[in-house]
Amino acid sequence: MDNFYVISLIKTGIVAFVFLTLLAYLQWIERKVLAHIQLRPGPYRVGPHGLLQPLADVIKLLTKEGFIPSNVNTFFYLLAPFLAVTIALISISVIPFGPEINIAGVRTWMQLTDLKIGILFVLALSSVGVYGVALAGWASNSKYSLLGGLRSAAQMISYELPMALSLAAPLLVLNTLSLREMVDMQNGFVFGFIPRWSILQLPFPQIFSFIVFLICAFAETNRVPFDLPEAENELVAGFHTEYSSMSFAAFFMAEYANMVTVTSIATLLFLGGWHPIFPAEYGSWLIPVILFIAAGLISIFHGLNPSRPFDRITLPIFGVAFIIAGLAFTVPLLQPFLLPLFWFAAKTGFLLFIFIWIRGTLPRFRYDQLMAFAWKFMFPVALINLLVTALAVALTTD
Amino acid sequence: MPPIDPILFAIFAGIAVLSAISLVVQRHPIASALSLVGVMGSLAVLYLLLGAEFIAAAQLIVYAGAIMVLFIFVIILLNAGSEHGRSRSKFVKWLGIPLFTLFVGLLSFIIQSRLPDTKPVIFGSFTAATGLEIGRVLFTQYLLPFEVTSLLILIAIIGAVVLARKEI
Repeated sequence: MDNFYVISLIKTGIVAFVFLTLLAYLQWIERKVLAHIQLRPGPYRVGPHGLLQPLADVIKLLTKEGFIPSNVNTFFYLLAPFLAVTIALISISVIPFGPEINIAGVRTWMQLTDLKIGILFVLALSSVGVYGVALAGWASNSKYSLLGGLRSAAQMISYELPMALSLAAPLLVLNTLSLREMVDMQNGFVFGFIPRWSILQLPFPQIFSFIVFLICAFAETNRVPFDLPEAENELVAGFHTEYSSMSFAAFFMAEYANMVTVTSIATLLFLGGWHPIFPAEYGSWLIPVILFIAAGLISIFHGLNPSRPFDRITLPIFGVAFIIAGLAFTVPLLQPFLLPLFWFAAKTGFLLFIFIWIRGTLPRFRYDQLMAFAWKFMFPVALINLLVTALAVALTTD
Repeated sequence: MPPIDPILFAIFAGIAVLSAISLVVQRHPIASALSLVGVMGSLAVLYLLLGAEFIAAAQLIVYAGAIMVLFIFVIILLNAGSEHGRSRSKFVKWLGIPLFTLFVGLLSFIIQSRLPDTKPVIFGSFTAATGLEIGRVLFTQYLLPFEVTSLLILIAIIGAVVLARKEI
């Protein structure tokens, strides 16, 4: 029993550390990708290729004055960012990153805890997450914040409906509410090479609900093209206009944490979690090796032909690190641990990239268009998809 | 190691009671609404302690996540300010709380003496309420009440749409 507490503590520590670092670096990745979409280099000054920029940002935000405007409702003004970030960070505790592993005789799952109702837990947290934003808008005593908070609350309530409906359809196919069992149900291959992920699985492939879920995920996380709550040209910065210092950072952290959560849920529910895209017999375990070694070789090549003076030093170091990471995937002892993690991270990372890509590509909706889109298009589509799936499942099972 | 369930029960039952008191005492509608969210949340944890995971999640999603968000939305939209208490008689001010406590004590005493045989609650024993079981019961034994409820909700939706159309 004591063993359980020790293992849980260690796992919580690792997950918390990795998750918080990831959140900081996700912002760096977002700025870099956006910059390259717009033909700019992006953050470049702090550290090689701006890699220490997140650290500088954190220090800047920590040392800034936490300013409380006059005439705000102080208690709720301070409570709102705390609520937002806490609720956003909790969801990670039910998300499985990989199968059961065996480290020196200790067997444990790569997951903090497996609830029988894991997916409902995430849904509940995402629906409670509105409070942070709505309260921030209201407590700030500013019309921009109030409008942003109201918009956000209305938008999140509206888009929760198609999102829940689009989640229900794959649940019918997979027949479980536990995230761990869901991934187990998607194990294996049809005809030996088509993965049994729910977007490809019979009786009714969940491709429509996947698309509906992704669109709703954009709205739930207040991302472009649904970032009406913080539309700069109308509302300055929306619900967090009056916030500064760490309370401002808390809203940012909450947004990125929500992004990671929804992309992880999409991966687990639709894309087969940590299962590879084609069987290991055909060499799917070679993909990370090839990818990492190729990245390493490209880095070394650019290091040998540097376009900027200090690239001669930094790029070969990154190249060697990439090659070592690639070779680590060939070690049999590490494989059961690294491979699932790679596939999970690759799928989640791809979805996160889509989030950033769309931010760099699409303009913002108008507010009435946003609501009409949710109620007149997304909701019926999700409903019809659910009906067809239910019919297909009912006809194929006895 | 002592069992952790009673400790958690004490904590969350305490939070539920405190939030309920705060709900009544608070002057500002937003504070009251948030206290109600606190009650809902701690009730969900109590369901969880008994083993009814699905009901706990439903409690959070439906009450805390949907209904109370709408409450707060409306309060913000109407810009309701804090209420000021009217001057009450001294009798209410000094005897209100003791009399109320007495009343609740009497009520609970009567209920307890009337109940046939009370069994102690065992934490985590109520495991029948999985999503599967609830769905099965809803669509067989309680199909009629379930469908009638859905009809009622449909009527409410149509009523809301009709009322809103007039405004436009």
